[in-house]
Amino acid sequence: MKGKILGNVGLRMSRADNVVTAINDVDAGTAIEYNGDEIELRESVPFGHKIALAKLRPGDEVLKYGEIIGQATEHIEPGEWVHTHNCKSTRGRGDIEDETEET
Amino acid sequence: MIVDRVTSGMTTFAGFDRPSGPAGVRNYVAVLPLSVAASAVADAIADRAGENVHSTPHQMGTDPPKPAREQIERTLAGIGTNPNVGATLVVELGTESMDSDAVADTIAAADRPVEVINIRECGGTSASVEAGVETAERLWGGIASLKRTEQDASELVFGVECGGSDATSGIASNPVVGAACDRLVEDGGTASFSETPEFIGAEHILADRCQDDDLAERLLERVEFRESAAQLMGVDLRGAQPSPGNQEGGLTTIEEKSLGAIVKGGTTPIRGLVDYAESLPVGEGLVLMDTPGYDIESVVGKVAGGAQVIAFTTGRGSTTGNPIAPVIKVTGNPETAELLSSNMDIDVSTVLDGEPIASVGDRVYDLLLNVASGQRTAAERRRLEEFAINELQPNELAQLTENA
Repeated sequence: MKGKILGNVGLRMSRADNVVTAINDVDAGTAIEYNGDEIELRESVPFGHKIALAKLRPGDEVLKYGEIIGQATEHIEPGEWVHTHNCKSTRGRGDIEDETEET
Repeated sequence: MIVDRVTSGMTTFAGFDRPSGPAGVRNYVAVLPLSVAASAVADAIADRAGENVHSTPHQMGTDPPKPAREQIERTLAGIGTNPNVGATLVVELGTESMDSDAVADTIAAADRPVEVINIRECGGTSASVEAGVETAERLWGGIASLKRTEQDASELVFGVECGGSDATSGIASNPVVGAACDRLVEDGGTASFSETPEFIGAEHILADRCQDDDLAERLLERVEFRESAAQLMGVDLRGAQPSPGNQEGGLTTIEEKSLGAIVKGGTTPIRGLVDYAESLPVGEGLVLMDTPGYDIESVVGKVAGGAQVIAFTTGRGSTTGNPIAPVIKVTGNPETAELLSSNMDIDVSTVLDGEPIASVGDRVYDLLLNVASGQRTAAERRRLEEFAINELQPNELAQLTENA
C-alpha cells in the first residue's frame, strides 16, 4: 500500500498530509501515534473518514495525497473528525463567484 | 482456445479477428436504435434473436439540436465499429433528424455488415420486430463461425471508470486498476479514463503528465469549461460533487474525490485527449476522454471510442454493465466486497491489509486478459447491460454552435 498506517488507525497517504483516513470505525479516545506523540481521538470517526493530525485554523489548507483537498472553515484540533462541517472545497464554486461580484 | 501466456513470451489474449482494426473480445450483433422511438423495438429484437444479439436502448429524441445529433450519430457509429461487434442492425422510426445512412456508412467503411430497418416502412412496431429478428439472425449467421485466436495485448483498449466512490477508491481500487493500466501500456496497449468534472482539483497533476504543452493546455481548458458550467448557473458543485453518497463514504470535497479518481489511469504519460465517443487510438498508451461525470454515459463514450473491456471501480457499490463491452467490477471496500459479492469480480480490499498495489494490480491485469479471452464478468452473467448516450447541456450546445 501507498502511505503509512499510523497506530493501526489512520492511513497517511503522504508525509505532507495533515489528515489521516480511518481504516476502521474508530472510537473516541483511541490514540494515534504521530511524530513521537500521541493524538487522542476527540470523537468517533467512521471508516474512510478523516482525522486531523495537526491544529488547523480557518482558511488553512487541508492536505491529503500531499495535495490540497480544501480549506478548514473552523478551528480544528488534532484528533478531530475533518469533513464537510469544518472543511470546504475551493473549487467549482459559482456561489462564491456571485458573492464576490455582488460586493 | 486456451492461450499459454507464460511460454509464448509476449502478453496475449484469445480474441476475434476483425476485417479492420483491433481484435474483439466478444462477438456480438449490435441492434442500435436511432432514437428513443426505436428503443423498444430494438430491445424486442435483441430479446428474441438470441444471446449474441445485444441492443443499446437510449433516450435521445427524434429531432435534437445539430451538435447533439452529431454526437448521437458518432456514438452509434462508434458502437457499431467497436471490435466486439461483428455486425450491426440500425433501427429507426423513420422521422429522425439523425441520419441512419451516415451511421450505417461509417460502420460499413470498417468492413462490417450493417442493415437498417425503418419502423414506418415496415408498417409499425410488430412488423418491424418480425423483420428485425429475421435480419439480426441472418447477421449473426454471418459471424457465428468466427473462432478466437491468439492476439497481442497491444490490440486492447481498456476503459476505466469509477462510480459510487468512497475513501477506499483513492486508496485501494483506483491505484490497483491504475497499476493494471501501467502493465497494459507497457505491453503496448491503450488505457483510457474520462469524467472531466472529476479532474477538478487534480488537473495540475494531469497537466504535468501530458506529453506536450498543447495537450496540457487543451486539458486545462476542458476542466475550466466543466468547472465554469457550475459558475454559469450560480451554484456550486458541492451538491453533486462529491455526491451525498461520496460524502457519506468520507469524501469531503471535489478535490479529494478527483485526486483519488485520477490514479485509476496509472502513472504513464498522457498521450492524448479525445471528445465524447470519439475514436480512441490503438496502441497509444494513456489517452483521456472528455465526458461528464455520469457513469453509464461515460462508459458508453469509451465503448463507442473502441474500448473492448471496461474496469469499473466502486467503493459504496455499483452493479452496472454494458451491452457491448464486459465490465469488470473492482472494489476496495471490504463491506461492499461482502454485501455485493455476487456483483463484484475482484475484491482488492487486501490493499488495506498491506498487500502491495503492484501485486494486486497484477491480479487485475490477469483478470483483464482472462475476461478479454472470454471469461464472463458478474454483470455479463446477470445480463446487466445499462446504456445511455450523453445529452449535451445548454451551455455545451452554445459552445459547440459558436465553434462550428
